[in-house]
Amino acid sequence: MTIEIAVRHAVPGFTLDVDLRLGNGLNALFGPSGSGKTTLVNVIAGLRRPGAGRIVVDGTVLHDSAAGLDLPRHRRRIGYVFQEARLFPHLDVRRNLLYGRWLRGQGGGRAEIDAVVEMLGIGSLLARRPSGLSGGEKQRVAIGRALLSAPRLLLMDEPLTALDEARKAEIMPYLERLRDESRVPILYVSHSVAEVGRLAGEMVALSGGRVVAHGPTAEVMAGLDILPGGVTAEAGVMLDAEVVGTEPEWQLTLLDTAAGRLAVPSGDLPAAGRVRLRIRARDVMLALDPPVGVSALNSLPGVVEAVVATGDSAVLLRLRCNTAVVFARVTRRSAANLDLVPGRRVHAVLKSVALDRAMISL
Amino acid sequence: MGRLAGFELSAEEWTAVALSLRVAAVATLFSLPPAVGVALLLARGRFPGHAILNGLVHLPLILPPVVTGYLLLIGFGRRGVIGAALAEHLGLVFSFRWTGAALAAAVMGFPLLVRAIRLAIEAVDRRLEDAAATLGAGPGIVFATVTLPLILPGILAGAILAFAKAMGEFGATITFVSNIPGETQTLASAIYTFMQVPGGDAGVLRLTLVSIAISMAALVASELLSRRIARRIETR
Repeated sequence: MTIEIAVRHAVPGFTLDVDLRLGNGLNALFGPSGSGKTTLVNVIAGLRRPGAGRIVVDGTVLHDSAAGLDLPRHRRRIGYVFQEARLFPHLDVRRNLLYGRWLRGQGGGRAEIDAVVEMLGIGSLLARRPSGLSGGEKQRVAIGRALLSAPRLLLMDEPLTALDEARKAEIMPYLERLRDESRVPILYVSHSVAEVGRLAGEMVALSGGRVVAHGPTAEVMAGLDILPGGVTAEAGVMLDAEVVGTEPEWQLTLLDTAAGRLAVPSGDLPAAGRVRLRIRARDVMLALDPPVGVSALNSLPGVVEAVVATGDSAVLLRLRCNTAVVFARVTRRSAANLDLVPGRRVHAVLKSVALDRAMISL
Repeated sequence: MGRLAGFELSAEEWTAVALSLRVAAVATLFSLPPAVGVALLLARGRFPGHAILNGLVHLPLILPPVVTGYLLLIGFGRRGVIGAALAEHLGLVFSFRWTGAALAAAVMGFPLLVRAIRLAIEAVDRRLEDAAATLGAGPGIVFATVTLPLILPGILAGAILAFAKAMGEFGATITFVSNIPGETQTLASAIYTFMQVPGGDAGVLRLTLVSIAISMAALVASELLSRRIARRIETR
């Protein structure tokens, strides 16, 4: 399964110019607002016609300007989960779910319907009307509706943006299941580093209508300083980690990462196996000497590699701890006082409580 | 029915009431499909002549009803351009028939119907239609399964208005198809006739009360129905 997207689309003051090749799994399309993410997915879905381009999904040409070919939107079989769920208000949840399926003449397939309903945990909602659902429930139904229309590709345009933090946390595990259990490739649009870091295997960073980075999520995230504006506050890295032990007395779990060993709150983490850990730049404190008499449990020796961004009062530093890259966001004053220049040996200090469940994906 | 504390409709009066109901129902039913089409064109179409179509549709609202009736007579009378053709090919005769009364009522109610439906169409969240398209629905199916159910309250409101207008239509009807008892004498023209004859006051009063009852029933029914539909398709 491959997805080829080559699109050039100009509107006054903005040009989208993208040439991408994506594979299976969950691919994130990341970038600040106005970077062209939604325009691109609308072009793929056929909701907007590109100035020029060629889009091929799984061997089927959806659009080819040069050949004068443009498959109408309803024949593309591109599932689309919108920012607002867009459920049909006059149909109950069951009819919403089966809408696309019914149109494709695949009324049967009880087992598949049950599987999707079960995966998204919406079994108890089937008889309800969309107006009575919470934002998170609506979004899960919208995902189910798109999946059941048997799409070649599932587009998700900031599906969590309209939800509050509690709802986001509620829906996140369902998205992880979707990624792991569904065979449909997913293009997930987001401007949230946390979402992309937790969900995506590969990511495409878009800025000003152009692809500025594309690759494995961890690698692209490590170089996020290339993205202009608004990103540094959420800058951070994703690290693969292995659970190597627990301290039941303190309810802590020990993780081995490429950056070193870290203790994190146990919560519902498994006692063994692999997880992914996100370390936000703002959670990293820097010390010149190995810290003593400090409450923080984690200290990783490393070297300052670069100052990647300088703000009014803060700077973003790139460190190398063992073989991993870690970002630290400290005040400009601290950077000056401690002379945090490239080559400086430091210790990255991390509070365990900052590495809570929201930072870890299974 | 008809016997209510010395309150009795004559056979002629009953005929007028029944004819009015039939004329109004036929006029409303037959103008619904073209009204939905025209409302769609006006709400979403971008074409030269948009303003002219809009003006034509609204003309009966502004013209004196006598003028509309006269124009119908010219166009759909026995010797009228359209009337002659319809009579010859389809056997459909309008002049001095109840069908003509229905046509006059339909033309007079058409602007109200189109307005109500157009407002409903413009209120439809088109993003829902996009969503339906990504799920595999072609334009026709999107209209039938998403747009139409969502504009149903508007269609209903328009239909009630058009029905009420048809029940009360007088000027265009009497100009076009005259006032023939049993054929084209509707409630309104019957009341008018009674007012012309000495001692007709009782008949006028009876038919007036019937008019009020029918109008109230229609309005209450529409209110209940649209409330039910609105609850069913409540957005967000």
